[in-house]
Amino acid sequence: MSDVLAARSQMAVSLAFHIIFAVIGIAMPVLMVLAERRWQRTRDPIYLDLAKRWARGTAILFAVGAVSGTVLSFELGLLWPRFMELAGPIIGMPFSLEGFAFFTEAIFLGVYLYGWEKVSPRAHLLAGVLVALSGAASGIFVVIANAWMNTPTGFTLTNGSFSAIDPIAAMGTPAAFPQALHMTLAAYAATGLGVAGIHAFLLLKNRTSAFNRAALTIGLLVGAPAAVLQPIAGDIAARYVARRQPVKLAAMEGLYETRAGAPITIGPGIRIPYALSLLAFHDPRAVVQGLDAVPRNEWPNVPLVHLSFDVMVVLGTYIALVGLWAGWLAWRKRDFATRRRFLWALAIAAPCGFLALEAGWMVTELGRQPWVIFGVLKTADAVTPMPGLIVPFTAITLLYCALGVIVVRLLSRQIVRSPQA
Amino acid sequence: MPSLADALAAIILASLTAYVLLGGADFGGGVWDLLASGPRKSCQRDLIAHAIGPVWEANHVWLILAMVLLFTCFPRAFASIAIALHVPLTLMLVGIVLRGSAFVFQNYGGGGGRVFAIASLVTPVLLGVSVGAVAAGAVPARVRDGPFVVSYIDPWFTPFAFAVGIFALACFAFLAAVYLTLEAREPELQEDFRQRAMISGPAVFAMAVIVLALFPQAPPVNQRVVALTAAAALGTFWSLWRRRYQLARAAAAIQVTLIVWGWGIAQYPYLVPPDLTIARAAAPRITLELTLIAVLAGAVVLFPSLYYLMRVFKGTNDH
Repeated sequence: MSDVLAARSQMAVSLAFHIIFAVIGIAMPVLMVLAERRWQRTRDPIYLDLAKRWARGTAILFAVGAVSGTVLSFELGLLWPRFMELAGPIIGMPFSLEGFAFFTEAIFLGVYLYGWEKVSPRAHLLAGVLVALSGAASGIFVVIANAWMNTPTGFTLTNGSFSAIDPIAAMGTPAAFPQALHMTLAAYAATGLGVAGIHAFLLLKNRTSAFNRAALTIGLLVGAPAAVLQPIAGDIAARYVARRQPVKLAAMEGLYETRAGAPITIGPGIRIPYALSLLAFHDPRAVVQGLDAVPRNEWPNVPLVHLSFDVMVVLGTYIALVGLWAGWLAWRKRDFATRRRFLWALAIAAPCGFLALEAGWMVTELGRQPWVIFGVLKTADAVTPMPGLIVPFTAITLLYCALGVIVVRLLSRQIVRSPQA
Repeated sequence: MPSLADALAAIILASLTAYVLLGGADFGGGVWDLLASGPRKSCQRDLIAHAIGPVWEANHVWLILAMVLLFTCFPRAFASIAIALHVPLTLMLVGIVLRGSAFVFQNYGGGGGRVFAIASLVTPVLLGVSVGAVAAGAVPARVRDGPFVVSYIDPWFTPFAFAVGIFALACFAFLAAVYLTLEAREPELQEDFRQRAMISGPAVFAMAVIVLALFPQAPPVNQRVVALTAAAALGTFWSLWRRRYQLARAAAAIQVTLIVWGWGIAQYPYLVPPDLTIARAAAPRITLELTLIAVLAGAVVLFPSLYYLMRVFKGTNDH
């Protein structure tokens, strides 16, 4: 394994691990706040129990998210010092703002978790709201920094270094809005449906549990709308990619030749004529740039990007349909807990949002290769000169595998075992 | 006249100071968890877990903030440090991950108390080793060509760097012991930590002497700062002796702050000696200006929130 590949793998493992905890940290506070608010309104103890159990689960997940996030902030320099040296002054701004948002999140999460008896009910709920808001904000700031790597703006490039830099313009990079929207919805969809799916599974075993019923409803309330809106956000993102990173789009769709009226290819052998032109430019005759437009050494790993994209789309479509189903049942005022087929569909959806999220990041990150800053700096030129990078890669991978196992065991003890089950 | 870059370097040092005073004490708590002994062994451990629980994540953000400000405002310094000190920093990260996750696992019934305590012991040493390597001028702006050991081990694998590592550990343990005298409700428990503070105080002093003795060149210390630090140290000792714990906490915090700033003043105007001065490592002016604005705006949100957190959990009214 070459050092660049080891560094990329370490970054991939670190990001793939952290992203799970990061999105749960963004969305779980919303669920906790909704449960606590219902308790304050109805005085139904189930909701208080729910809020407290979710808070305990969030405490574990947030801690792992905080430490794995620290790892990433160091790894940016440890693995990619040349990238940070060049990009730090331009994209440091969203990272600094993220630092403060994360501070707010950590402070009020401390108040929320440990302050049940120490602050007034209103202050407690407000602390939860602040955690939810600052969590969403810190996610958005980090995505903005990533968006800049896809569509770098706010500088003049001369002889490999930047001049006339403008960090504000860099934050307004064209990819910022579509990526931030897509990612924020993904966080709510994956977490909300993840929670709802777990409790759907438990309801299949014990239909009368009011606890699972309440948890499922709140999970759906957050997850279903996000999952249903996500295809629209995905369309916005895809059209930006078509204009700004045509190579990435070509890899996503496995389009080797530039052509008008481009089809969509799904898996081996299924082709939908004109569909790609229609999706990317909302015009069936539009010309879509293929991989042939750039030299071979500037192609990403096409099969992997294409596969990741298809996985994301299939899973995303599935959870959007489950979300629509839930909406339809709610509109007809049907009881979710008695619909066995729906509960099964929801239980299957539980991991799908997270898998789609991981696949989506594979598309973004692998699709940008061989560039770390698209069109400006190659990943291979950004890596640290230190040899033997397979050693830290192995160490971090083993560490995260062990942590993952422990977290799953602890969580199943903390929240999944509901009181009546 | 200090420049804008100097101001941002000072903000980074202030952020590191906050990390040492707050996050450092959380690591120190882990050290006393490891060394818990006597008839009140489990009470000591409970007190430590109770004291760290609500605040450690917020305290930890100071380190992230310092890192982010460093790579935004002084990207060359960040890159040089990240290259030359890859090994100790990666080990430190492993320690940070193990400490944080083992602590929360332990609190939620998953065991891991030993891991928490041992990681609390090792991580500060690695942080100190990295700081020591920078202070000794062993981090070059461009990595030296040569064998692995010369480029990636020699800069930090020195008696001086390890002395700074143990010095950091001693400071963190000392701060934790002093703070815990105020957290304890039972007089016996308070006496336990008073005793620990009075033992670790002299350990801090001894390590300070060793660090200065091992400094590769003539130590460029500011005499006035040394005198003030010594005065604060005596003040802490006296307050502990008289059981004036509020005063002891303030004096210990001042003492450790002076140690951190003594380092900063000693290497001024260098950020990463011997090659990078603050001015030379600085990002373009526009970045520095915007970062300063962001920091000031952030502080408006941060400080009231932090004050609220500390008032809720560290107020003296519930003792």
